Amino acid sequence: MAISEQELGVFRAIGENDKRAIESVYSDNYGLIQHFVITNNGSEDDARDVFQEAMMVLYEKSRSPEFELTCQIRTYLYSVSRRLWLKKLQQARRIESHVEGLEKLVPVEEDLEEHDKLNAQYLTMRTAMGKIGEPCKSLIEAFYVHRKNMHEIASFFGYTNADNAKNQKYKCLMRLKKLFFAQYKHN
Amino acid sequence: MDQAHLAEAVERYLKGEMDSQERHAFEEARKNNAELDQTVVEYQFFYDEMERYGKVRRFKSNLYDTHHTLQENGQIKDLHLPASARIMNMWTKYRRVVAVAASIAGITALLISGMISVFSPNRPIRDLEELRRKVSNLERQSSNQRAEINTVKSKIAPGTDVKFGGTSFLIDPKGYLLTSAHVLNGAKKVYVQSNDGIDYLAEIVHQDEASDLAILRINDEEFKSPRSLPYGISRTRTELAEPVFTLGYPKDEIVYNEGYLSAKSGLQGDTMSFQITIAANPGNSGGPVFNRNGEVIGILSTRQASANGVVFATKSKNIYSLINAIKEDDSSLHIKVKSTSAIRSTSRAEQVKKVQDHIYMVKVVLS
Repeated sequence: MAISEQELGVFRAIGENDKRAIESVYSDNYGLIQHFVITNNGSEDDARDVFQEAMMVLYEKSRSPEFELTCQIRTYLYSVSRRLWLKKLQQARRIESHVEGLEKLVPVEEDLEEHDKLNAQYLTMRTAMGKIGEPCKSLIEAFYVHRKNMHEIASFFGYTNADNAKNQKYKCLMRLKKLFFAQYKHN
Repeated sequence: MDQAHLAEAVERYLKGEMDSQERHAFEEARKNNAELDQTVVEYQFFYDEMERYGKVRRFKSNLYDTHHTLQENGQIKDLHLPASARIMNMWTKYRRVVAVAASIAGITALLISGMISVFSPNRPIRDLEELRRKVSNLERQSSNQRAEINTVKSKIAPGTDVKFGGTSFLIDPKGYLLTSAHVLNGAKKVYVQSNDGIDYLAEIVHQDEASDLAILRINDEEFKSPRSLPYGISRTRTELAEPVFTLGYPKDEIVYNEGYLSAKSGLQGDTMSFQITIAANPGNSGGPVFNRNGEVIGILSTRQASANGVVFATKSKNIYSLINAIKEDDSSLHIKVKSTSAIRSTSRAEQVKKVQDHIYMVKVVLS
């Protein structure tokens, strides 16, 4: 089935973390996943977690140069969510094998394996960040997560100038790097 | 070249911020020095991971915000299925097992954080006084008038040594309370007492020293969760001179106080908190700071010992980051916090009346 230009545009915008694209995909598809999870023994919170993880997979796929979208975003999200929820149910041994839902499906096994790998790497960095302590954590987050520039960071954290803030940033980064590789080898 | 300079050089090299001459010299040095080359490869991997981490965090926070916006617009609603449409809910069957597992995990986490706080050096802040209250004996605690009228017996066994008191407030009607982390230091057991004098057993769900916030959960069959909370937790920034009010338990009954926001940062420019000018006393720790719309904008934590009326409160947006962090650590915990307040345009007296039933005294038992 041919995928419309518009759909592909939205798909690419998701990888760019575009707020409008996220909002439109979210509002168009949340109800479907919510209904699926809740009719299969899930709670409202389960529905949100599953949907957001599926969005995360969509984001990874959009950023991956090898991936090509061959179905509707809706079908993809549904297939991923269904797989994720099934896995959770099996882990919790809440259900044998049967889940209800009649939407169209595409195979997503490999995509999810890759997602697990990427997620493990993300968690490695998160653990390292959790160990580094303040003010390093906030400083590094300000730069790499919130994308503040060195001047903003200097005034925010009370350094006399941007150069001082920069020195501090690199000192923190060196510590984080050590923690990160220690954690990485540990896994 | 020392390590910090090397780290900087590698980052500029990888981002293509070096001019051709510098770049050339750097590549030459890499070729001739295997150790340097190895370090650069390491940094390259590390910086790539760092960039990706930042991107994922931004995406996740966008998802979180979108969910909230859609929920507030009414585009996402809770789905209520008729009971017959549900397959047998195995969850209820396993809930106990999960709860036990979660509490074991919680206890382990507490032990570890306790060890960290014991072995880590004390924070160098001497000018701050924590606003938790020493409670001398239990008799006074349960002499609360209304408690007597209701002839409610205190659950705390007579003779138990209740040491510290603070304030907490509901952030999720399911029984999740927010308070200051320091109120709970050294706690063996925690009870919370409602405005009408009833004690409930509570457990510590999470304690974060850095933001001085902690989350409690009421673990008591007698607790009836309210349908909803009249106030919301603000995620926006606050303005200087904004009038604020607080409710808390510096004595055995709830006490109201008002003041204003006097600085946007806390002691020594601490950006996680702000300064208010208000009368606060030991026992106020963990109490909510409301703005005129009846939104929680902060949590009282400390006051400056050397100045009068200078009180510091943790900014409310830290509550959201705390909940996010908890959620990422333990997905079985579902704390739902709303940001809209239902008492926006009512009078102050009306606001206080609606709010006070959701504010609890914290009683900490040390041994």
